[in-house]
Amino acid sequence: MSFPGWLQIALVLIATLALVKPLGLYMAKVFTGERNLLSPVLGPVERGFYALAGVRTDKEQTWLGYAMGVLLFSLTGFVVLYAMLRLQHLLPLNPQGFAGLSPDLAFNTAASFVTNTNWQSYGGETTMSHLSQMLGLTVQNFVSAATGIAVAMALTRAFVRSGVHELGNFWVDLTRATLYVLLPLAIIVALAFVAMGLPQSLDASFVATTLEGAQQTIATGPVATQEAIKQLGTNGGGFFNVNAAHPFENPTAFSNYLNIIAMLSVSAALVYAFGQMVGSRRQGWALISVSFIMLVVGTGAIYWAESYGNPLLTAVGVDPAMGNMEGKEVRFGQAMSALYAAVTTGLSNGGVNAMHGSLTPLGGLVPMSLIQLGEVLPGGVGSGLYGLLVFAILAVFVAGLMVGRTPEFLGKKVEAREMKFAMLAVLILPLVILGFTAVSAVAEFGTSSILTPGPHGLSEILYAYTSAAGNNGSAFGGLTANTPWYNTTLGIAMLLGRFAYLVPVLAIAGSLVAKPRAAASTGTFPTDRPLFVGLLIGIIIILGGLQFFPALALGPIVEHFVMLAGQSF
Amino acid sequence: MLNQIRPAIVLTILLSAVTGLAYPLAITGAAQAAFPGQANGSRIERDGVLIGSDLIGQNFSTAEYFWPRPSATGPDPYNAAGSSGSNIGPTGAALVERVAAAVTASGETSVPADAVTTSGSGLDPHVTPQYAAMQVARVATARGVESSVIEATLAAVTEQPILGIFGEPRVNVLRLNLALDEAAPLGS
Repeated sequence: MSFPGWLQIALVLIATLALVKPLGLYMAKVFTGERNLLSPVLGPVERGFYALAGVRTDKEQTWLGYAMGVLLFSLTGFVVLYAMLRLQHLLPLNPQGFAGLSPDLAFNTAASFVTNTNWQSYGGETTMSHLSQMLGLTVQNFVSAATGIAVAMALTRAFVRSGVHELGNFWVDLTRATLYVLLPLAIIVALAFVAMGLPQSLDASFVATTLEGAQQTIATGPVATQEAIKQLGTNGGGFFNVNAAHPFENPTAFSNYLNIIAMLSVSAALVYAFGQMVGSRRQGWALISVSFIMLVVGTGAIYWAESYGNPLLTAVGVDPAMGNMEGKEVRFGQAMSALYAAVTTGLSNGGVNAMHGSLTPLGGLVPMSLIQLGEVLPGGVGSGLYGLLVFAILAVFVAGLMVGRTPEFLGKKVEAREMKFAMLAVLILPLVILGFTAVSAVAEFGTSSILTPGPHGLSEILYAYTSAAGNNGSAFGGLTANTPWYNTTLGIAMLLGRFAYLVPVLAIAGSLVAKPRAAASTGTFPTDRPLFVGLLIGIIIILGGLQFFPALALGPIVEHFVMLAGQSF
Repeated sequence: MLNQIRPAIVLTILLSAVTGLAYPLAITGAAQAAFPGQANGSRIERDGVLIGSDLIGQNFSTAEYFWPRPSATGPDPYNAAGSSGSNIGPTGAALVERVAAAVTASGETSVPADAVTTSGSGLDPHVTPQYAAMQVARVATARGVESSVIEATLAAVTEQPILGIFGEPRVNVLRLNLALDEAAPLGS
C-alpha cells in the first residue's frame, strides 16, 4: 500500500461526493414533476411518448398497479431480448456473422440484462452482433436501471405522502428516469470516453501486421456508448469478454477514474434525492455515510490483501513488492484495482477491471461479501436505495425493541406488516444463494465446471450464485458457466433476486403510504445521527453478512490458510 | 392490468428506438467527426502499414524486442479478437507451476510480478519499468549496441504518474519497440 494509492482512492471518492448534491437535487426535481434544466428540450418528447402510449400523468397507481407495471414491462423486455438473441443470425448489423444463441444462453442473458445483473456467460466480442449489443443489451442497460430508479422513487413517496394509496405512475417514472437522468448523462460520459480512447464505430474489427510480422485481428465496435450506460446504470455488462480490464473499455488511469465516478455517482445521488424529497437532507447524508464508510473499509481490505502478494508465488521467486499481479493490469496497479473491485460489488455493477477469480483469498472474500451484504453501498441505481431503506426499517425496529417503543422511520410507524415484508425481502438472497450453491457443490454437473479445485472451487460456485441473486454480474471467471445447468439456475437466481425482492418492497411502500406521518417528539429515535449510522452498519453486517459466514469459512477463509501453509491444488 | 399492456409495448418500442438506435448512432457520428483517431481504435501506422493499436498489447518473442507480459488469451497470446484472463485462483497448481517455469526461464532469482503473471485482459499494452529494465541487456546484445542506447530509449518511453499521483509507472511495449527500431535499427 502506498500514499499515492490512498490519495487516488480518496480523490475519486471526494469527486463523487461533490457530484451527489447537484445531481440529487436535479433528480428530486425530475421525480416531483417540477420544471428543470432539460424540460424545454425533453418536455415535448415526454408528452409525445405519453400520448402514443396512452399514459395519463395525473392518473397514479397503488402499489399493486405499480408492481404490475414493473412486471409487465420487464416481461416485455425479456421476451423481446430473448427473441432478438435467438434470431441474431437473421437480423441486420451482424458484420461478424455470429450465430443465434442457444436457448439456455439466450434465457440466461435475457434474464441477466432485464434484471440489471449483466452476468455474462458469453464473451461479447465472440458472440454478440452489433445489433444485439445496441438494440438488445444497451436498451436493457437503460430501462432496467430506469425501472430500479422508478421503484426507489415509489418507495420514497411512501414516506413523503400520508393517508393516500397512490405511489406514483410507473410509466411516468420510467420515462423520466430514462430521458431526463440516464440519457443526458450517458451522452456526456460516452463522448468523454471517446476522447479518452474508447472506440466508437460500426466496424467489427481491423487487422494489423505486428512488428514481428504476425497478423493481429483487433475487435472493436460501438464500445463507448455501451460503456457509458453500463456504468451509469450500474449494469456492468461489458462490450468485451474481460470487461473494463480491456484496454478499449478502459485505456488509462483517467478513464478508470471516470468509470468509477460514473457508476457511483448516480446511486449516491439518488440517496440524496431521497433526503431532499422527504424533507431531511441530513437523512440522505446519514445513509450516504453508511455506504461510504463501508466502501472505504472494503477497499482498504482488498488493497491490503492484494499488496501482500501471493506467498505461493513469492516462494518460487516472484518479488512480492508489486503485490499480486495475476489478472491485473499494469496501468491500474493495486490501489485502483482494489477501489474498482469494492465499488463494483458495493454497488450492483459487476463490471471488473481485474479478474476477481485471481484475487488472493481474502482479496476475493471482500467483493463476495459486499454483494452478500445486499449491495447497499450505495447499491444499484434505485435497487440500492430501496435495499438501504429496507435495512433502515429493520434497524429502527431493532432499536425500537431495545427501548420498548413502537419503531418509527421518518414519522411512519413500522409495524408487523412492514416487518414481515422486509424479512421476506432480505431472506430471498441467502435462500437462493446457499440453496443453489449447495446443490452445485455436490452434483457432478455442478463441480465439473470448476477450474481451480480445492476450496477455491467452492468459492467459484458460491460467487456465481451470489453475483446472480445479488444482480451483480461479476464472476470468479474460472467457472465454466455456459452450461445448461448454470445458465438456467443462474437465470432463475437473477429473476428471484430482482423480482422477489422488488415486490415486497413495493408492498411495504403501499402499506407505509397510507399511514399518517407523525411529528417527531422527544421520544423519537433520531435516524440522521452518528448513532443511527453505527446501528445501521451493524444491522447490515449482522443480517447481510453472518448468514453467509459458514459458507465463506469453507471457501476463501480455508483457502487463505491453505495458501499460507504453502499448498496448491 | 389490461390497460397497462399498451404502455408496456409502446414504451418498449419508443425507449428502444431512443436508447438502442438514436443514442449509439448519434454518438458514433459525433465521435467519428470529433475524435476519429480514438473512435477507430487508436491505430498506429508505420510506412503506410497498419501495425497495431496504441492501446492494445501485441506479442513479441524475439530477442531484439522487449517482451510484454504473458497473456492468457487463446489460441495464441495477445489475441485481440478474444480477450481473456487466466481466471486461475491463487492456490491453483496450474498457476504456481506456470509462474515457476517462467521464473526459471528468466534466469533471475527474483523477478518483478508483472513479468511472470498474465494480465486481466490478456492484452495489457504495458509492463512495469522494473520488468523493462530486466530486459535491457538481452535487447542490447541482440541488437549489437551499447546498453546505454537501449536505456536512453526506454527512459524516453517510460511514463510516470502525473504529479506523482495519477496513474502508475509504466512502459508501453509497442511504443518502446517502435522507438527502438528508430534508435537502433535492426540489421544496421
